Amino acid sequence: MRWPLIRYIPRSTHFRFVRWAPVAAVISAILIVASIGLLVFQGLNLGIDFKGGIALEITMSRPVPQTEMGAVLDQIGAHDGQVQGFGSPNAALVKFLPSKDEAPSVASKRVEAELIKRFPDLKVTSRSEVGAKVSGELLMSGFKALGVALLLTLGYIWFRFGLSYGTGAVVAVIHDIVLTLGLLSVCGIEFSMTEIAALLTVIGYSMNEKVITFDRLKENLRKYRTTPLRDIIDLSENERLSRTIITGTTALLALGGTMAFGGPVLFPLVFTMIFGIIIGTYSSIYIALPMILIWGVKRNDEEATPIKLGAASRP
Amino acid sequence: MLNLSRWKIIAVTLSVIFGILFSLPNVLPQKTLDAMPGWLPHQKLNLGLDLQGGSYLLYEVDTDALHRERLSDLMEDTRTQLRSEQIPFGELAQQGEVISVRIGDASRYEAALNLLRKNLGAPLAGVIGGKDVTVSGKGDNRIEVTFVPEAQRADAAKAVDQSIETIRRRIDSLGTKEPSINRQGTNRIMIQAAGESDPERLRAVIGKTAKLTFQMVDESVSPEDVQAGRLPPGSEVLQSEDRYAPYYVVKKRAIVSGDELTNASQTFDQNGRPAVGFAFNGSGAKKFGDITLRNHGKRFAIVLDKKVISAPVINDPITSGSGIITGSFTAESANELSLLLRSGALPAPLNIEDQRTVTAELGAEAVKAGSISLAIGAASMFVFVILAYGLFGGFAAVALVVNVLMIIGIMSMTQATLTFPGIAGLILTLAVAVDANVLIYERMRDEANAGRTPMAAADHGYKLALTSILDANITSLISGLIMFSFGSGPVKGFAWTLVIGVFTSLFTAIFITQVLIGWWFKTTKPKKLPIA
Repeated sequence: MRWPLIRYIPRSTHFRFVRWAPVAAVISAILIVASIGLLVFQGLNLGIDFKGGIALEITMSRPVPQTEMGAVLDQIGAHDGQVQGFGSPNAALVKFLPSKDEAPSVASKRVEAELIKRFPDLKVTSRSEVGAKVSGELLMSGFKALGVALLLTLGYIWFRFGLSYGTGAVVAVIHDIVLTLGLLSVCGIEFSMTEIAALLTVIGYSMNEKVITFDRLKENLRKYRTTPLRDIIDLSENERLSRTIITGTTALLALGGTMAFGGPVLFPLVFTMIFGIIIGTYSSIYIALPMILIWGVKRNDEEATPIKLGAASRP
Repeated sequence: MLNLSRWKIIAVTLSVIFGILFSLPNVLPQKTLDAMPGWLPHQKLNLGLDLQGGSYLLYEVDTDALHRERLSDLMEDTRTQLRSEQIPFGELAQQGEVISVRIGDASRYEAALNLLRKNLGAPLAGVIGGKDVTVSGKGDNRIEVTFVPEAQRADAAKAVDQSIETIRRRIDSLGTKEPSINRQGTNRIMIQAAGESDPERLRAVIGKTAKLTFQMVDESVSPEDVQAGRLPPGSEVLQSEDRYAPYYVVKKRAIVSGDELTNASQTFDQNGRPAVGFAFNGSGAKKFGDITLRNHGKRFAIVLDKKVISAPVINDPITSGSGIITGSFTAESANELSLLLRSGALPAPLNIEDQRTVTAELGAEAVKAGSISLAIGAASMFVFVILAYGLFGGFAAVALVVNVLMIIGIMSMTQATLTFPGIAGLILTLAVAVDANVLIYERMRDEANAGRTPMAAADHGYKLALTSILDANITSLISGLIMFSFGSGPVKGFAWTLVIGVFTSLFTAIFITQVLIGWWFKTTKPKKLPIA
C-alpha cells in the first residue's frame, strides 16, 4: 500500500482528449436538442415561487393517502390540486390555486380546515401563499440574475484570457445550463428560487473549471511555442487530470452527504449541484477546449503576427 | 513564500482565535453564555425563518388607490373653493388624471383661476415656490386642475415610508419579538417575524387601514333618493355598523381626520359598554369645536375605513377636544381599534402578495438535517483529503476546520442570516476551498517531479497556483454578488454565505497550510516531499 493515495494516480497520462471531441460534440448536440425539446413541450415544473398559489406542507401520524387526499382537494374546490411526497411517507406537500373570487389567505385557511376535518391527524407545518404578481416578477428577476452573472463572468474571462477563451466558456456554460434545465424538466423537479441559486452555483463551478483549465493552457502555450494547439490542449488536460479527479471527488463527497441526509428541502438543490459538477467538468474538456481549437488563439502576445494554426489542426 | 514572516504567523494565529471566539456562542449553553463577561462575543448565528420557524409577509402598498383618493379630494377642494367665493360653475368632472370645470360667469373667469392657483394643492418638497398641482386655463371658460408627475411619485414614496412606520408601531404593540420590516423595491414592504407561527395575528393588525374620519351626515337626502341613486355632488353613501341604520349619507369631505388624534384608549360609555376614548390635538380640537358649535342637533358620522361606526347627534358643542366613540364594540374590538388609532392610519391600502409560515418544529428539524449533512459532508472531505495527500492533506483539513469556524464566526458577528440553502452554500464553499489546496499540492508535485528541491517545489507550488486560485475565486465572487443583489430571501442567504466563504477560503487555504508546511519544513528538514 503506497500512502498517500495520490501516488496511485498516474503522474503523466497521455489521453488523447481532443480526438474524442467530435464524438462528444455529437452527444452534446443530441442532448441539447433533447433538452430544448423537453423545455418547449414539457416545460419546467414551476413551483409556487414562480407560478403563484398556495403550498401547505403537512405531516400525518400515518402514511399520507395521496390519491384520497387529491380527490378531497377536488371536492372542496382547491383548483389544480396536487399532493406530492415530501421526504418521509408521513409527510406531503399539498399545492393548489385559489379560485379567482377567493383571497389566497382565505382559501388556504378554508382548505386547511376542510383537510383537518377529513384527516383529523393532519398537521400543517408550513404554509406559503404567493400572489401571481410577485411570482411573475420573481421569475423575471431570477433569470435576470442568471443572465447578468453569466455576462459578468464571461467579461472577466475575456479580459483575463482573450476572446476565444471567452467564447469557449460561453458556449460551454450555456451548454451546461440548457442540459441542467433539461434534467430538471425530465425529472419534474420543482423549479423555485432555490433552483435559481443552484443554477448560479452550477455556473460558478463550471466557470471555475474553465478558468483553471485555461490558466494551464495559457501557460503551456507560452512554454511550447511551436507545438500544435491540439497537442497542447491534450497536454494541459492531462496535467490537470489529477486535480480534476480530486477536486471533483471532494465536491461530490461533500454534496453526496447532504443529498443523503439533508432532507427533502435540500434534495433538489443538491441534486442539481451534483449534476452541475459532473456536466461542468465534462464541458470544460469537451466543449470549451475544442471551441478554442476551432476558433484558434494568438500564440504569443509579444509577436505581432500570430502563428497560423491552419486547417490541419482542426478536428 | 514559505518563509514564516512574523505577520503571517500573527495573522494566522489571530484568525484562529477570532474564529473560535466568535463561533463559540453557538455551541455554549445559554446559561454559560449569560455568565460570560460582557466583552466576549455573545451573538449566535442568525437563523433564517426556514430554520427557526416564523412568518414572512410581503405587502404591496396600493399607491394607485391612494392616487385615486387624492384626485377625488382635489375635485372636492375645487368645488369648495369656488363655492366659498360664490363663483358659479358647472361640468365639474374628473377625466383620467385631470379635473376640469367650466366657470358659469365669464367675467369671473380670471378671478376663479387666481383663486384656484392660490388655494389648491400643497407646496412641493424640494422645489421652491413649486406646488404639487397645476391649474391651467383652457379657453371657453374652462379650467383644468391636475397633479404634477413628481407629486404622484413623492406621494407614493411617502406612503410607503409612512406605512412602514405605522406597521412597525402596530407590530411593536403586539409584542412580537424583533420583527424585521423592510422596504422591498419601490412599493413593497417585507415583514419577517421569527418565531411567530400565526401570521393571521399579524395580518389582523397590519391589514387594516384604520383611516378614521369625522364626517357630517347629509340629512337632506331621503331614502327614496338613495334608492334612485340621486345624490347631491359631494355626498356619498357609506355602509354602517350602527345597529339602527344599514347606511348613512355623509358629506365626502371630512371635518376632522384621524391624523389629528393625539391619543386613543379603550374606555366605557355611561352605560358601561366598551367604547374608544380619543383626544384631538389643538387644531383638531378647534375644528371639532367649531363644527359642533354650528351644527347643534345634527348628526355627524364616525367613519372607519369607509364604514360608519356610529353617528351621534350633536347635543352640546365639544370644545374639550376629547370624546368617546361608541358602537357595537366588545372589549377586545375596542382595544384593537384604539391600538390602531394610536399607531396611526395607513396612508394607502395594503395588498398581501406573499405569505409564508414555517412552524418551529419544522425549523428545528431543518436545523438538525442541515447540521448532520454539514457534518457528514465535511467529515467525508477530511477523510478523503487526508487519504489522498497524507500529512499535507491533514494540513488542508486543519485549514478547512478553521475555514468553517471563521465563516460561522463572521456570520454570527455580522448577524447575517443563515438559511437552509445557505448550508448547501457552505458545503460547496468547503469543496471549492479544498480545490485551492489541491491546486497548490498538484503544482508542488509537478515542480518536484521536474527536479526541484522539496523546499523550492513547495515554494513554487504556492507561487504558481496563486493566479489560478485567484481567477477561480473571482468568478465565484462575481456570481455570489449577483445572487446577493438580485435574489431575495433564501437565495440572498445562500449568496452571502458564498461571498464570506470566498474570502475565508482564500485566507485559510493559502496562509494556514503555508504556515503549517513552513513549520513542518523547519522542524523535519525533509529530503523529499511526502506527496511527490
